Amino acid sequence: MTTLAVVSAGLGQPSSTRLLADRLAAATSGALPDVTVETIDLRDHAHAMVDATLTGFPSGTFRAAVETVTDADGLIAVTPIFNASYNGLFKTFFDVLEDGALDGTPVLLGATGGTARHSLAIDHAMRPLFAYLRASAAPTGVYAASEDWGSGETALPDRITRAGTELAALMSARPAPPKPGPYDAPVPFEELLARR
Amino acid sequence: MQFGIFTVGDVTPDPTTGRVPSEAERIQAMVAIADKAEETGLDVFATGEHHNPPFVPSSPTTMLGYIAARTERLILSTATTLITTNDPVKIAEDFAMLQHLAGGRVDLMMGRGNTGPVYPWFGKDIRDGIPLAIENYHLLHRLWREDVVDWEGEFRTPLQSFTSTPRPLDGVPPFVWHGSIRSPEIAEQAAYYGDGFFANHIFWPKEHFQQLIGLYRRRYEHYGHGSADQAIVGLGGQVFMRKNSQDAVREFRPYFDNAPVYGHGPSLEEFSAETPLTVGSPQQVIEKTLTFRDNFGDYQRQLFLMDHAGLPLKTVLEQIDMLGEEVVPVLRKEFESLRPAHVPATAPTHASRLVEEVR
Repeated sequence: MTTLAVVSAGLGQPSSTRLLADRLAAATSGALPDVTVETIDLRDHAHAMVDATLTGFPSGTFRAAVETVTDADGLIAVTPIFNASYNGLFKTFFDVLEDGALDGTPVLLGATGGTARHSLAIDHAMRPLFAYLRASAAPTGVYAASEDWGSGETALPDRITRAGTELAALMSARPAPPKPGPYDAPVPFEELLARR
Repeated sequence: MQFGIFTVGDVTPDPTTGRVPSEAERIQAMVAIADKAEETGLDVFATGEHHNPPFVPSSPTTMLGYIAARTERLILSTATTLITTNDPVKIAEDFAMLQHLAGGRVDLMMGRGNTGPVYPWFGKDIRDGIPLAIENYHLLHRLWREDVVDWEGEFRTPLQSFTSTPRPLDGVPPFVWHGSIRSPEIAEQAAYYGDGFFANHIFWPKEHFQQLIGLYRRRYEHYGHGSADQAIVGLGGQVFMRKNSQDAVREFRPYFDNAPVYGHGPSLEEFSAETPLTVGSPQQVIEKTLTFRDNFGDYQRQLFLMDHAGLPLKTVLEQIDMLGEEVVPVLRKEFESLRPAHVPATAPTHASRLVEEVR
């Protein structure tokens, strides 16, 4: 069984960011044989996320959301673009993950905005974030401006399908490696001493 | 089980009055807290070491030496001593001197500091945090056990024919704890030497510390110091008590809501559910503290944080009275009745280590 986590940083309800996230999830899961999709609306965890930045640990249902993402075989991360970048909610979520939590995880990047003028924010803002996190981002990112939702053109659906297929291929090619915890296999002390 | 108080020595405004104690007041308050710990029958007083405001205790052995002269039974300790940025030679000398003056009532806890700039302020690089802790402690360990030391390491001037004076009291070095809240290397280090491991678990959920303490216990056994359940574990605790739990919550809430570490974040109720924090009646404190043994196994030292977040001294002293009179006697009895015979009841003391030495 493969798991696909979907993180949406949309603030409205209903949210066009969530709408895009769902479309991307459908495109991805349609290209995989056996996949469970788990979607997290960050808005539901807004207070808990700020608490976690202050206390250093995720609490309550937010902890389960974090584990869903860090244990997933693939991730779809979608944010509205605010002031030329991802919104604060989106960044806060990735700030509270443990170091290495997304090492090698295939990720599909998506973003929404009022106009197409911000579409490069995916490549200028989101992609460097996921490079830092050592996640493996699919080549195609999908940006949906308001106008795309009422367009008869197939540009957006085509991009969604292409991106979903890419993520599915990354997930199939690279099953998530086991991530040993930091306390499972300590570096023997003689080795620590010799490293000096 | 040893019970005691640990303090960070923060100068924090009282959020209910806005009053800020002076450094002089705070330093005298720490001494009064230590006096009270002895008076109410607690076993340990431990001070932090900090080199930045709003903290006052930059010079632990000076303070502990003064407290040693005022007390007769209390074990004087640290939480923590910076093994990273202090010269291990000076630690060896200072704590051996303290040990002599206090008649052996001394142990200490190694730590790596609570603020990044302390490294450059003392000429070190924060990226060397773990290597500094490992090399410096290795030297400290030798200085207390070998009369004449030749040494060459990466982080300090080499030593030729160096003797750290005074030699430890009765030839028995102070017992050492290694404090860590997340570094597996430090748990490994404590296990290697057969030293104590102190997990100040008061700010995070238990699952994390079960892994960390579990690692220390496994490796303690691996290095041949005894079985995993005989490893020497210390834990933190954080409580505020009144006879009626509603009164405790009402009185402590403004201190919680504005506390430097977690203030303006989760509610008191949420934080209490996730961490060791207990705000309530003495009975609730007893019940919560007993769960630590369920979570982490039989352990040897329990230190409580009582004097932070701007609580006035008068309140803190009342809290320590309640701790010493109503909570600790019950916990001593309960923990003792649950402890298997082969598990040490307390952390090693000077007296117990002297007996070991003679053997």
